[in-house]
Amino acid sequence: MEWRRRHVLGLSDFRPEEIEFVIDTARSMEEVLTRDIKKVPALRGKTVVNLFFEASTRTRTSFEMAGKRLSADVVNFSSSTSSITKGETLLDTARNIEAMKPNILVIRHPASGAPHFLSRHLSCSIVNAGDGANEHPSQGLLDLYTILKAKGKVAGLKIAIVGDILHSRVVRSDLHSLGRMGAKLWLCGPATLVPREMARTGATLTSDIREAVRDADVIIMLRIQLERQKTSYFPSLREYSRMYGLNRPLFSLAKDDAVIMHPGPINRGVELSDELADCHQSLVLDQVASGVAVRMALLYLLAGGSHAAH
Amino acid sequence: MLLIKGGRVIDPASRRDEVGHLVLVDGKVKEFLAGEAPGDFQGRVIPAEGMWVTPGLIDMHVHLREPGYEWKEDIRSGTLAAAAGGITSLACMANTRPVNDHPEVTRYIIDRARREGTVNVFPVAAVTRGLEGKEMTDFSELAEAGAVAFSDDGKPVASALLMRRALEYARPFGYLIMTHSEDPELAEGGSANEGWTALKLGIPGIPAAAEDVAIAREILLARQTGGRVHIQHVSTKMGVDLLRMAKRAGLAVTGETAPQYFTLTDAALEGYNTNAKMNPPLRGEEDRMAIHEGILDGTIDAVASDHAPHEEYVKRCEFVAAANGIIGLQTALPLTLALVAGGRVSPSRVVDLLSAGPARLLSLKGKGTLAAGADADVTVIDPEREWVFREEDVRSKSRNSPFLGWTLRGRAAATICGGHVRHSDLPGVGVDG
Amino acid sequence: MKIPPVKTILDGKGVERVLSRLTHEILEKNKGASEIVLVGIASGGIPLSRVIRKKILAIEGVEVPAGFVDITLYRDDLAKAGYQTRLKRTEIPFSIDEKKVILVDDVLYTGRTIRAAMDALMDFGRPRNIQLAVLIDRGHRELPIRADYVGRNVPTSRFETVEVRVEGNPEEWSVFLAETPAGKGE
Repeated sequence: MEWRRRHVLGLSDFRPEEIEFVIDTARSMEEVLTRDIKKVPALRGKTVVNLFFEASTRTRTSFEMAGKRLSADVVNFSSSTSSITKGETLLDTARNIEAMKPNILVIRHPASGAPHFLSRHLSCSIVNAGDGANEHPSQGLLDLYTILKAKGKVAGLKIAIVGDILHSRVVRSDLHSLGRMGAKLWLCGPATLVPREMARTGATLTSDIREAVRDADVIIMLRIQLERQKTSYFPSLREYSRMYGLNRPLFSLAKDDAVIMHPGPINRGVELSDELADCHQSLVLDQVASGVAVRMALLYLLAGGSHAAH
Repeated sequence: MLLIKGGRVIDPASRRDEVGHLVLVDGKVKEFLAGEAPGDFQGRVIPAEGMWVTPGLIDMHVHLREPGYEWKEDIRSGTLAAAAGGITSLACMANTRPVNDHPEVTRYIIDRARREGTVNVFPVAAVTRGLEGKEMTDFSELAEAGAVAFSDDGKPVASALLMRRALEYARPFGYLIMTHSEDPELAEGGSANEGWTALKLGIPGIPAAAEDVAIAREILLARQTGGRVHIQHVSTKMGVDLLRMAKRAGLAVTGETAPQYFTLTDAALEGYNTNAKMNPPLRGEEDRMAIHEGILDGTIDAVASDHAPHEEYVKRCEFVAAANGIIGLQTALPLTLALVAGGRVSPSRVVDLLSAGPARLLSLKGKGTLAAGADADVTVIDPEREWVFREEDVRSKSRNSPFLGWTLRGRAAATICGGHVRHSDLPGVGVDG
Repeated sequence: MKIPPVKTILDGKGVERVLSRLTHEILEKNKGASEIVLVGIASGGIPLSRVIRKKILAIEGVEVPAGFVDITLYRDDLAKAGYQTRLKRTEIPFSIDEKKVILVDDVLYTGRTIRAAMDALMDFGRPRNIQLAVLIDRGHRELPIRADYVGRNVPTSRFETVEVRVEGNPEEWSVFLAETPAGKGE
């Protein structure tokens, strides 16, 4: 297949061949990361701008590393230092940056659809690094890649995702990447945070973490945000942790070779017990490594080829 | 003197639906003539063969934005758009700046309309000062200054107690309180109908319950107080069901809907289309069908556009940040006429929804009917004419409509206000200066 | 894609004989197999380097370290390469510091692939020297690159292409000249 996308806005319309293509490219990128000189000149002279309207050191650093490993010039704009706080519209901010001719804009924004909106008005390539509660495509891909490396396949695996499903863009991207590749997905959390309509995606919904974890091959724990408790999605963090936190006894309900994942950052003791976060079945650090490789693949595919059609 | 010749005169208030001729003299309807047209007519003749002749359309839910937001719209441009849409009278909402919560503002609007307006403008005053939901406005002074009804539209009256007081206080005077029904806490943070589409797009949802809870409240308070209440822009199935139940129980509750709610669903949001963003939001197919049923069985009393003009750049942004609302003065008629094409709604019913009903609800004397002595507000409608709604056709200052580019069927061929032609597509019939 | 052959240059046996000669030349010039490592350029150079490795084992009894390199990330024409093509694998699981690297490729043409391969190797370490063995040299160099070991010199025009088939059964390997369908070289 040939890669024809100018943007990576979400995985919702990615065909399985496209997902496989990115994963395959990520494998080659991961090899670069094992070398002594972890750099290739593929994006030399290209500019990647990280336009982050939401605090996120982890994802931003990952994209920054990915760009630099490909020899691109990487520039960071984050909302606390930019003009957003001065009341400039999103479009004006983006256009100002576009005037400096970046090749790729990596954008994270609290409004769903912000990258889609910008893609209609800008001419550079756009990568969605997380938009509101909509998607986080590179996370969906790196989760898939991590599982493929650990388990060899995704089809037929029982994958449980536990936490604030309602507000999670990671879940939506994972539904596309993992669900489309044949995994059996279970979504678990307090009923206030698991919209019933999610069942239309084909996933199984439950408010009982034991049901979700039982015989699971992969358990993805999501970070719970403290603000959610303040608007009464659940009574207290203590209650949440009791009912939806993963600890060793619960984990023993899963398959013997089950693995634990988390998009980070982890609230130790809340959604994941201290011990489980560091145990050898935790793939959290693998996810980080996979993340750089996947992001290298995305940047390479967007900037490294011909775009004569545009 | 005007003779509107040979059209199908549809006047449900007079129980008339027949081909004939209408004579207008000195700003009033003189008479309806059946049979042959008078051969020796001295005044102007407007040929209406093959068309409908109806009492002037009345849009009872319009945001003219003047005073205070004149870059979005003003009385001049808004009434021009209304005339182009066949509308001869409109009721304008109070969420201007300053809010129409003081007789001076009411008088200002009426004065501006007299100087600059193309059609009749009836101001709706606020229920509470500053639309803050805390203190009632001076109903009697506002009514004397010309307010035809009261509404905090744009915002709900959040306090049930205040709504009770307003309904109870207004009752003996017969003032009409209209409500934008919404529970602000349930709706908080949402930008689209809570449902599958919003979930797919990751947009925070406004549950139907936010509207339904408030509609139920209004109805029960009307019951408690014996007062009269009118529910604006009904968008949900349960809303229609509640309205139906209230009417069956004999309560003085009426309701209106807007064309977007029986034409579109939240599927129109695909691609984060900000021209489909409004409040109440576009709902699901089940709700849309329920609105149809409500129109058919008389539960819904009127169709009003909720014309809400916005400048381009507050719509040219990420979805959750976009302003709510769409323009609607020029599309209300064709979209409502589309109900007739479905075969279940009669032309009379359409005229009732767009003219007679609003006149009744707002107690506009001499309007909404073509009986002898009524005001000479007449709309000549070409029900078959197909046309494309293009940007060049828009008379409003704002272009925020999801219907741009649509091929519509039915259009106002001429709009006559007080005997003066305010809009005309008819060859040989010019607009009066 | 099937390209009708215009002229067969080498058949399976011919390829084998050429590789034998190249192997002997390599061993002669380097005075044996010590310090040599083989790096095949993906994809065409990989099966060729495997054959050379087997032959060195048979002749000298030495198992020479062998790896392969994909030069896609080092190309100088990524912007013109058309839509994205699949990355291939790179595997050099040994140190190349102070080693004599024998780069192996199927066809030497403009020299840009070799330039990219050398850049890639430099990122892996500091070899003692880099030598180049190619099955076919078809001329038209655009960079000052030359092969140390050449199987066959085949003068070509830019409208011709040298097709190397080295997958599957070595007896069925072949090299032939054909007309370019679209004028794309390399």
